[in-house]
Amino acid sequence: MAQATFEEISASDFFYRNRDIAGFTNPSRAIFAAIRELVENSLDAAESLRIPPDVYVRLSFEGEVSKETQIFRLRVEDNGSGIQPRHIPSAFGQVLFGSKYKLKQQRGTFGLGGKMAILYGQITTHQPAYVISSTGMAKIYFFRLMMDIQKNRPIILDRKVLINKEQWHGTIVEFCLEGDYLRAMPKILDYFKQTAMVNPYANLTFVDPKGRLYKFIRGTNEMPEPPKETLPHPYGVDVELLQRLIQITSYKNMLEFLKSHFHRVGEITAQKFLEYSDISPSRNPKKLSHEEIVRLMHMLKKFKEFLPPDAGCLSPLGEDLLKAGIVKELKPEYVVVHQRKPATYAGHPFIVEIGIAYGGEIPKKGSFMIYRFANRIPLLYDEASDVSFKVINSMNWRRYKVSPDMPIAIVVHICSTKVPYKTVGKEFIADRPEVRREIANEMREVARQLQHFLTRREHVDREKKRLGVFSKYLPKIAQFSTQLSERKRLPDIEKLLKSVKKFGAEEI
Amino acid sequence: MIEKRNEILGSLRDLGTRVYDQLDSGYFPSITIPSRSTENINYDPHLRQFVLGDKSVRRSARNIRHVKPFTQLVWAATFSHELTSQRKTSTLRDVYYSAQAYEMTFKDQQESNNIVTDLETVLGFSREDFNIFPEERSAVFGDLTIEYTVPGYEGRTLNLTSHPDGVLIGPALTSAEFAETSADKVIAIEKGGLFTRFIEENVHKKFNALLVLTAGQAPRATRHFIRRLNNEMNLPVYIFTDGDPWGMHIAMVIISGSANAAHLRELNTPDAKWSGVWATDIVNYKLPTDPLDDVDIKRLYELQKDPRYKEDPLWQKEIKTFLKIKKKAEQEAFSRYGLTYIVDKYLPAKLEETK
Repeated sequence: MAQATFEEISASDFFYRNRDIAGFTNPSRAIFAAIRELVENSLDAAESLRIPPDVYVRLSFEGEVSKETQIFRLRVEDNGSGIQPRHIPSAFGQVLFGSKYKLKQQRGTFGLGGKMAILYGQITTHQPAYVISSTGMAKIYFFRLMMDIQKNRPIILDRKVLINKEQWHGTIVEFCLEGDYLRAMPKILDYFKQTAMVNPYANLTFVDPKGRLYKFIRGTNEMPEPPKETLPHPYGVDVELLQRLIQITSYKNMLEFLKSHFHRVGEITAQKFLEYSDISPSRNPKKLSHEEIVRLMHMLKKFKEFLPPDAGCLSPLGEDLLKAGIVKELKPEYVVVHQRKPATYAGHPFIVEIGIAYGGEIPKKGSFMIYRFANRIPLLYDEASDVSFKVINSMNWRRYKVSPDMPIAIVVHICSTKVPYKTVGKEFIADRPEVRREIANEMREVARQLQHFLTRREHVDREKKRLGVFSKYLPKIAQFSTQLSERKRLPDIEKLLKSVKKFGAEEI
Repeated sequence: MIEKRNEILGSLRDLGTRVYDQLDSGYFPSITIPSRSTENINYDPHLRQFVLGDKSVRRSARNIRHVKPFTQLVWAATFSHELTSQRKTSTLRDVYYSAQAYEMTFKDQQESNNIVTDLETVLGFSREDFNIFPEERSAVFGDLTIEYTVPGYEGRTLNLTSHPDGVLIGPALTSAEFAETSADKVIAIEKGGLFTRFIEENVHKKFNALLVLTAGQAPRATRHFIRRLNNEMNLPVYIFTDGDPWGMHIAMVIISGSANAAHLRELNTPDAKWSGVWATDIVNYKLPTDPLDDVDIKRLYELQKDPRYKEDPLWQKEIKTFLKIKKKAEQEAFSRYGLTYIVDKYLPAKLEETK
């Protein structure tokens, strides 16, 4: 896809206009959002090196502003790829400079989360931010930065270069910001727990302003395949995109054009499609009229024989890892995880992964615990508006012998090159029919497996009880009948007890 | 009495042996019990009581639903054997609690009662025979000398006029031998008040009778006791109850037994007579009455169809009269003519009438 061009606007203007988008609505949300953005950057940085992330977060109290609002110092350390020294000032001191403008699965999308946090910190406390980073080469770079908000430019207050004796790589960010930790605390802790669940290969450490240590230790060193960049899928194109592709293409006929610019379109598929849509394979794409482009888009959407998008551009967690995460954080008695084949909505590939966990340390709440994730980040707000919530509530759980008063947690992870968030707040997934269908089908699948488990367990319980009854009463019958018949020796009932067990084994 | 005890001990032991031998040869033990379901209860016109038919149920320790009641049954047999051989008595309530000492908890009293009834059915003896007695509440008074057989009292005798409240019909009396009597009839009375009045008015002397208080529906020990008086001492039996369907049925159970005891014999007294209070007495003696309520009327229709009530035309006639007058009267109703009227006038007339 074409490289997007950056438009420079006043960062503070943008910030004030978009507080809600970035999540810095109030002191409580702000502190949560700041931690979250930096942690996600850190996770991405480590994953890009394919090493299990170690992320350390410390929030310490600096001073009182008002009754609800205090100033905190936030420090986030990771073992990620580090940042090239020449990029550091821009990466942290200039809004809308970022690496997240490609067509692949990413945690954030705007590329401004971390900077937004620092900007917020500067606006509320007028203090510089510290960035220390190394890519693992000979040197470690230290920067003290502020932002020139008017010009949207970094101001370097101090810069030091240190010798990297231990080949450390990673990034440390430290700055001050206003916040309301007390109110944000439950969400922050939820966030860490759920992040640990969906990143089971990560070590997360959090030290809160009271000095309390929260440690989430990785349960595995396995990491999911990293996402690859990909071409657009024919089902996902719109007229705008078609026009842009036609502009940049160097191919002079439709056959080559289709083969080269679309995902999962080869020679045969391209030929079949052109025949189906009655377009000559030798037609020059650059000569298509506007009406023909519109028609092409409709035909692309109508043609049934395109292969579904390849999961390669997506990086789902995978059944084993999701299971490991759930087991690690929820400690259930039973867990089943299922991953659907990739599907598309509006040409965007997505994969739904669902886990159901039962019993163990999962509490009975009278309703299911629902954990929602998108591209490996937890969604913590607006649960009731999420499509998963709607699917769960409209399912006939009784069919699966499941009731809401059972200790059950449901984990839904959607990954996509474009997660279908409903709002810019990015807290819940929109109710799109394709997405809903995938979630519903998969929910049924895991529900069926849970039902098997419950039925089996019930059966085993019943069998245990049955054996219990026999092993309780047969010896008594032996004892009483010996006494009643005035015999000296108890009859041998071992054989009978054994036969009951054998019979029991067959029943299972 | 000693023979009967040995017979009972023997059949309990046999039950134990059967179970033991099956277990010892590697089989799940089972016991066949005559079915006590309603379809298997028939009226036998010769015996003039309900009897069990040919159907039986097999209770097997192989069956998960049977193994607990099976064990309870074997336990109950063991417990009864212990009672009988040690000549100790017990009550149904006792059985319920004793089971807990053997970790044989019964769900409730009803469950343990059912097991005792099962044991009766298996053995063909009533629980009084293996020393499990109900709560005592019925009594006897009159010139009958009995000789105890219970441990510590063997050979001792007692005349049943010795206590003016009457003597409880309990285990000791039930197992006693009848020595002699000067009485020539038995009068069974439903209610304690009237029983006391009869003693005060010397009914036992005036009518040369033994007085038995049934205290409502007669317990099985009392029914067996009345039968023995009738059989062993050749005394005719006259029964006085309230003039309502319930009183009528108290008399009927003494005469023809109950469906619940269809598995047992020798509890009924077929030749006993219901002497009153009849529906026709209510009319003839112009007794103060209460109206029959719905339950009473429903009960009358049930009784009308009962085979026991088809034996003697008297029953059908009285049922019809009850249904016609729609009234009932208690024994105490005679007090409107003075306290002694019932003894002076009514009793002699009815004894004569039902002779």
